[in-house]
Amino acid sequence: MTEKMTLAKALNAGLRQAMEDDPKVLLMGEDVGKLGGVFRITDGLQKDFGEDRVIDSPLAESGIVGTAVGLAMRGYRPVVEIQFDGFVYPAYDQIVSQVAKIRFRTQGRVAMPIVIRIPFGGGIGAVEHHSESPEAQFAHTPGLKVVACSNPVDGYWMIQQAIASDDPVIFLEPKRQYHGAKSEVDTSATPEPLHTSRVVRAGSDVTLLAYGPMVRTCLSAAEAVEGERSVEVIDLRTLSPLDMGPVVESVRRTGRAVVTHEAQVNLGMGAELAARITEQCFYSLEAPVLRVGGFDTPYPASRIEEEWLPDLDRVLDAVDRTFDF
Amino acid sequence: MTHVPDGEFGPDLAEVFGPQQSDGGPELVQLLTPEGERTHHAEFDMDFSAEQLRGFYRDMVLTRRIDTESTALQRHGELGIWAQLLGQEAAQIGSGRALRPQDFAFPTYREHGVAWCRGLDPLKLLGLFRGVDQSSWDPAETNFAPYTIIIGAQALHATGYAMGIQRDGAVGTGDPERDAATIGYFGDGASSQGDVNEAFIFAASYNAPVVFFCQNNQWAISEPFERQSRIPLYQRALGFGFPGVRVDGNDVMATYAVTQAALQRAREGSGPTLIEAYTYRMGAHTTTDDPTRYRLSDDVENWKLKDPIARVEAYLRRNGLIDEQFTDALTVEADQLGERLRAGVKELADPSPLSVFDHVYAELPPELAEQRDGYAEYLASFEGAH
Ligand SMILES: Cc1ncc(C[n+]2csc(CCOP(=O)(O)OP(=O)(O)O)c2C)c(N)n1
Ligand SMILES: [Mg+2]
Repeated sequence: MTEKMTLAKALNAGLRQAMEDDPKVLLMGEDVGKLGGVFRITDGLQKDFGEDRVIDSPLAESGIVGTAVGLAMRGYRPVVEIQFDGFVYPAYDQIVSQVAKIRFRTQGRVAMPIVIRIPFGGGIGAVEHHSESPEAQFAHTPGLKVVACSNPVDGYWMIQQAIASDDPVIFLEPKRQYHGAKSEVDTSATPEPLHTSRVVRAGSDVTLLAYGPMVRTCLSAAEAVEGERSVEVIDLRTLSPLDMGPVVESVRRTGRAVVTHEAQVNLGMGAELAARITEQCFYSLEAPVLRVGGFDTPYPASRIEEEWLPDLDRVLDAVDRTFDF
Repeated sequence: MTHVPDGEFGPDLAEVFGPQQSDGGPELVQLLTPEGERTHHAEFDMDFSAEQLRGFYRDMVLTRRIDTESTALQRHGELGIWAQLLGQEAAQIGSGRALRPQDFAFPTYREHGVAWCRGLDPLKLLGLFRGVDQSSWDPAETNFAPYTIIIGAQALHATGYAMGIQRDGAVGTGDPERDAATIGYFGDGASSQGDVNEAFIFAASYNAPVVFFCQNNQWAISEPFERQSRIPLYQRALGFGFPGVRVDGNDVMATYAVTQAALQRAREGSGPTLIEAYTYRMGAHTTTDDPTRYRLSDDVENWKLKDPIARVEAYLRRNGLIDEQFTDALTVEADQLGERLRAGVKELADPSPLSVFDHVYAELPPELAEQRDGYAEYLASFEGAH
C-alpha cells in the first residue's frame, strides 16, 4: 500500500498506526488535542482515540515530561510533543536527570519508553526560540537515544520504531519540511532498523554527512557539482548512538569528509564525528574533517537566518576546501 | 475577596493568615498531644485499636534505630553519607501505614520510615548511602519509587503515575482492592520548586488520585521555612483548587487519620490533597552538615518536648496498652536489627567497575560495547602486575 504524503502527514499516519497497535501509547503536549498541534502533526487523533489518549497538557514542559515519567512507570508509552525546540529547556532537568537515568538508577528494573518529539531547526521566519537545534545536548546524555528524520518515508517508520523502543528517544523533526515535498510512503514495506545511517547518494570524491533538514541541502549540493565532483551523501538518521559503519566505509573510500548541521559548530555533532572519523579513518584521510554549521552565536533574527544557516554554497565551499590539502 | 491590609512594607500577612506559630497554629490537626493526651478533632477523628497503636510505636522505634545505627555507620566510614529522619518518624509511619498495597509512594531521599512501611529491607537503603548502587529495590514489587535526589522532581512522577491509575480505571470503582492512589513526598524547601507547583497544576487539572505529602521540617539545609513561604504551606493548595490540611507531623495518630482520609478521597475519584505535616528535623540535614552554624539549640530543645515516639509511649503506658515485657521485647528486636545492619553493611560489596555499562540502555549499543570491551582489556592488562 503506497500513498503520497508530506512529512507532516507521514508522522501523523505513523502516530496513528502506533496508537492502533498498542493501547498503552499516549500522546501528550500543548495544543495536541482539538487543534492537532500547532503544526497539525496530531491532527484528528484526539477525535479518534479520545481525550484520555491524546492529552492536552497544562502549559508546563517540565510537567509534561515529569508526568510522562510517572505514566511510563505505570506501564504507558507516552509520546510527548514539545511545541518548538527552544521550549524544551524547562523540561531539561526531567529529561536529563530522570528520563535518561531511571533505567540505570534502578538497575534495569524500570524502563522509560518515552518519545520526546521536537520540531527543530530554522528557516521558517519565526521569532526567537522557534528555530533551534539542541540535538548535541541530548546526544551528550547517556541513557537517551536521539534520532532525526529527513523525509516522509523515514518520518512514517522512525516514529513508530521510536515508540516501540524500550529506551527514551529524542525524536527530531525538521519543521521547515513538514508541509513540503510529498513522497510515496509504502506502509507495507519493511523499514530499516532505527539506529542505522544510510548512504542516500553515492559518490567517490568526498563524503557529506547530514541529518534532518541538512540532508536536502547536501543532496542539492551534490547535484549542483555533478560532473565536476562525485559527492557521496549520508543521512545519519541516528545521532545517539551513532552508526559509524556506513560513515567509516564511505570516508575510507573518499578520503574526505564534511559534517553539516544547522546547530552551532562548537562542540556540536560535527565535533564528535570529526574525532571518530579521525580515529577510525586516519590513514585514508586526504584532508582534515571539516564542519559546516551555524555560527557560534545565538540564532539570529529571521531576516538574516538564511545567511546564518549553512546553505548549498557554504557546504560546497567546505567541499572545495577539503581539496586544498 | 480577602482584604489585604497595607503595612509599611506591603500587606501585613500576619493579619490575613494569622501569625506563624511554632506550634503549628490553630489549624493543626492533632489527636495526641505532646504529653500523650488523646484529643479529638471534628473532621479527622478516628478510633485506633491497641494493636494498631502498638504497631505504630514499634514501627517508629525500629525506624529510629535504623536511623541512629546508620548515622553511626557513617561515622565509622561504612556509609559515605546518611540523611537522618530523626524527629520525622510519626510523619512517615503515620502516612506510610495509611497506604494500601496497591497505592504507590514516591519518596525523597529521607523517607526511610515510609520505606519500612513498604516492606523494604533497610539494607537496601544503606546500599545507596554506602555508594554501592543508586537504588536496588524493585519499584513494581514494593510500590515504592527510587529515592529521588533532585528536589521536587518526584511530585510530577507521582502525578503522572496517578494519571495512569485513572486510565487503568482503578479509581472510583468502589472496590477497595482495586481503587488506588499515589503519594508524593517532598520537603518545605521543595515547595518552592517549579516541579512541585507544576505537579499541583497537573493534578488539579486532571483531578488525579494523588496525595501531596509535604514534611515541613522547618529547614531546607540551612534555610528556614520563612525563606520558602510567607503563608502556611497547606494554604497554597486552595490557590491550586484542592484542599490542604496541616497536621501535627509528630502525632502518628493524626498523620495516619489525615493521610488515610486524603488517600481515600483520591481513590474515590475526588482528586488531590496537600498535606503539610508540621514537624522538625532534629538532626543535621545529612551527616556532612553542621546545623550549629545556622540554628539555635533552644529551638531543638523545644522540639524535643514534642518527640513523636515519647508521646505514643506515654499514651500506651498510661492506658495500660504496653508493659515492660512489650518494651523489653522491642528493645531486643531493635538491638537485633541494629546488629543485622552493622553486619550486613559490610557485606554490601562494591560493584564491578565494568557494571557501569549495564542498564544504560535496554541493549548495549555496539559502540558502547566497544568502550566496555576496551576498558575490560585495559583492566586485564594490569593482572599479574605488582
Ligand atoms: C534541584 C536540587 N537543588 C538542590 C539540591 C541540594 N539539596 C539537597 S537537599 C536540599 C534541601 C531540601 O530541603 P527540603 O525540601 O525542605 O527537604 P529536607 O531535606 O528538609 O527533607 C538541597 C538544597 C538538590 N538535591 N536538588
Ligand atoms: Mg525541610
